[in-house]
Amino acid sequence: MKRILWFLPLIVAVAIGGFALWGLVADRDPSRIPSVLIGRPAPAIALDPVPELGTPGLSTADLTAGGRPVLVNFFASWCVPCKAEHAVLSRLAREHGVTLYGVNYKDKADDARRWLNDLGNPYARIGWDNSGRAGIEWGISGVPETFVIRGDGIVVHRYVGPIVGADAQQEILSALREAGLKEPAS
Amino acid sequence: MIPEVGHLALSLALAVALIQSILPMLGASRGNLAWMRSGQSLALVQLALVAIAFGALMWSFVVSDFSVRNVAENSHSMKPMIYKIAGTWGSHEGSLLLWVLILTIFGGGVALFGANIPDALRARTLSVQGWISVGFLSFMLFTSNPFARLVNPPLDGQDMNPLLQDIGLALHPPFLYLGYVGFSIVFSFAVAALIEGRVDPAWARWVRPWTLAAWTFLTGGIVLGSWWAYYELGWGGWWFWDPVENVSFMPWLVGTALLHSAIVVEKRDSLKSWTILLAILTFSLSLLGTFVVRSGVLTSVHAFATDPSRGVYILLLLGIAIIGSFALFAWRAPAMEGGGLYRPVSRESALLINNLLLATGAATVLFGTLYPLALEAVTGEKISVGPPYYNAAFVPVMLPMVILAGIGPFLSWKRADLGGVLDRLKLVAGVSLVAGIAIWAVTTEGSILAAASIFAATFLLLATVQEWAWRIKLGKAPLSESLRRARNLPRSAWGMSLAHLGLAVCIFGFVGSTIWKSETVAFAEPGSTVEVAGFELTFRGSERVKGPNYEAIRGILDVTRDGKPVTTLYPERRNYTFARSQTTESAIRSTVLGDLYTSIREPADENIRNTWTLRVVYEPLVRFIWLGAALMILGGLVSLSDRRLRVGAPARDRRRGMAAAPAE
Repeated sequence: MKRILWFLPLIVAVAIGGFALWGLVADRDPSRIPSVLIGRPAPAIALDPVPELGTPGLSTADLTAGGRPVLVNFFASWCVPCKAEHAVLSRLAREHGVTLYGVNYKDKADDARRWLNDLGNPYARIGWDNSGRAGIEWGISGVPETFVIRGDGIVVHRYVGPIVGADAQQEILSALREAGLKEPAS
Repeated sequence: MIPEVGHLALSLALAVALIQSILPMLGASRGNLAWMRSGQSLALVQLALVAIAFGALMWSFVVSDFSVRNVAENSHSMKPMIYKIAGTWGSHEGSLLLWVLILTIFGGGVALFGANIPDALRARTLSVQGWISVGFLSFMLFTSNPFARLVNPPLDGQDMNPLLQDIGLALHPPFLYLGYVGFSIVFSFAVAALIEGRVDPAWARWVRPWTLAAWTFLTGGIVLGSWWAYYELGWGGWWFWDPVENVSFMPWLVGTALLHSAIVVEKRDSLKSWTILLAILTFSLSLLGTFVVRSGVLTSVHAFATDPSRGVYILLLLGIAIIGSFALFAWRAPAMEGGGLYRPVSRESALLINNLLLATGAATVLFGTLYPLALEAVTGEKISVGPPYYNAAFVPVMLPMVILAGIGPFLSWKRADLGGVLDRLKLVAGVSLVAGIAIWAVTTEGSILAAASIFAATFLLLATVQEWAWRIKLGKAPLSESLRRARNLPRSAWGMSLAHLGLAVCIFGFVGSTIWKSETVAFAEPGSTVEVAGFELTFRGSERVKGPNYEAIRGILDVTRDGKPVTTLYPERRNYTFARSQTTESAIRSTVLGDLYTSIREPADENIRNTWTLRVVYEPLVRFIWLGAALMILGGLVSLSDRRLRVGAPARDRRRGMAAAPAE
């Protein structure tokens, strides 16, 4: 039995090597995130509001309630890139009339409230995904991640990472427009 | 013409490396002294050939010879000279050449300065070094030739990735490689010892300076990289737990463990197979780093242009090196234990626990780095592992290690009086506890981890100072006596104190810049004001600036505090015309207390031409990180200059012929 211990490093190295080989050989692009959700109904969601925040929670019915496209944004106060895109999201909501729903992912209620108080709260509804359950259902790979959902509840676009820069913003806006976004005349 | 000379030199170096990997090894097993000694001249010839190749590539960059593909793809005639030179190692091929150059420099170092090492051990070590050379030279010649020519050379080059055109990053790879590759020599020593079947205090003494040098360089390399990420990427963070950062951090953790366990082998003839294992692991992790960065198996913010065929080749090399050495370890190491006995409470034990903690820390980082890959392979799910995991898994493992680093130097070898030591550290522990609790009380976040970290760091800082004061009898003896003692203190003891102090100072920086950080991202129009941590920043406007190979937009920010002007900051957004990409040049006001960090981005949209994205971060104590790291590097250098290591180790007693080198 003691003899096996000496082989432990070897076994671990071979296992790691196996995974590394798979990583190379398997036909995959590590930076591409699969978007199995596109073209399908948004996964079921039923989240309570963030305690003591005053913004209502988020459930599946809310996604289709208005018959207009909505933007569902996964964010967290501990996520630095979320902060970067926050201003962009706020402007989308304010100036382009986008209905913005948030999912507060694996966050403490206190932190989330403080974050929203400091930066402003552009979200019409926020579901508190303390357990990360909704994150699993929606198959997010991290935060921030943003989904464009058509009025009939079908996911039409997914954006991984912070929406910053003109290209990213344009990508989201055109997806929203295709899904039937009516922008306020300004 | 010159590039062809480089190519030829590289091919010849491969031939020489092949001979070096066989002849001295064979000589050592047959007892043929001439064959054994051939290793030294072979290593030096190989070094000369690789240096010629490296010089040829550098020359091609300096004169902007765009008929060389590597130059055309990574340089531009308008680039400042220093970045033309740095461009030599800015690409995959060039950096590989630098890698091999450093490998041969270390091999040449053993050939030149290893006069006190027994012939057989030196021959075997150089042969193992030859194996590594063969692997990497063939990799370079067969899959990534840096001297490949272009049939139709372009008029000008495509320029280097502008993020890399920076002094911090120009120096980052050479230092990192000196560290990574420096551990190759320790690896070679370990494999040679396994083949020879013996490890003794003399072996540890020969290995220690190389470990120390590699560790010092690696520390420098990691810090340069972190510093670069801090001011160049524009996010204001200094560590992101990105796979590429992790793979440089793991060899550092295991290398640190190795540095300490080698002391036990040297002083007490114990922990031998563990030390050998660490030596193999350190270099294996360095190789893993090379693989991860160049193969593209994991996503990262900074990876080289990747190519799966290269990945397979490196993996093959990696497999042979790591699996071969672990197999050798499993076969030979069990026979190697023995040596000095020690009690559970002793310096040996303390060093062993510190080793286990460091190894566990490295394992948690390894797990976090590879878990996404493994999970995707098994379930097809894609995830990423971020700071919450490392805060929960890595930091709690490291804190006891930090406290132990404070206690360890007080313990004596073999058996120590723990009660007496704890009694001496009562005051230090009390003060640290008060500091920790105070931090916990004043911090609104109330993070227990931060308070514990402050406690550990304060403890380490004070304990280190106390240990140093105790050694020189500060306050107990007349000052002149203390000064004399301080002068006579071994350089290695100075090195230890400096490095431990550095670690403590670093932790203050980590905690301060993490928990007290305040930041704002604002859309600013000229005239608008942003407030962060008591500073008021007024965005005065922007101006256009022209650099040698870029155009920049420079924001002007007037900083005031309580109405009094503090400074004016000029963050830039650079647009590199030829490379067609942009970089952020942050503007930072640095004080010991904290950095006011600003970066700027152009308006996100055409309709809002006047609205700039302004990112202002106040990072308290962030300078402590660089200061602490500098202390650690200084500690490494001071320890490296220890007389014991310069004079040369005494010969092995049971071995013929090798007399101790004369004292200076």
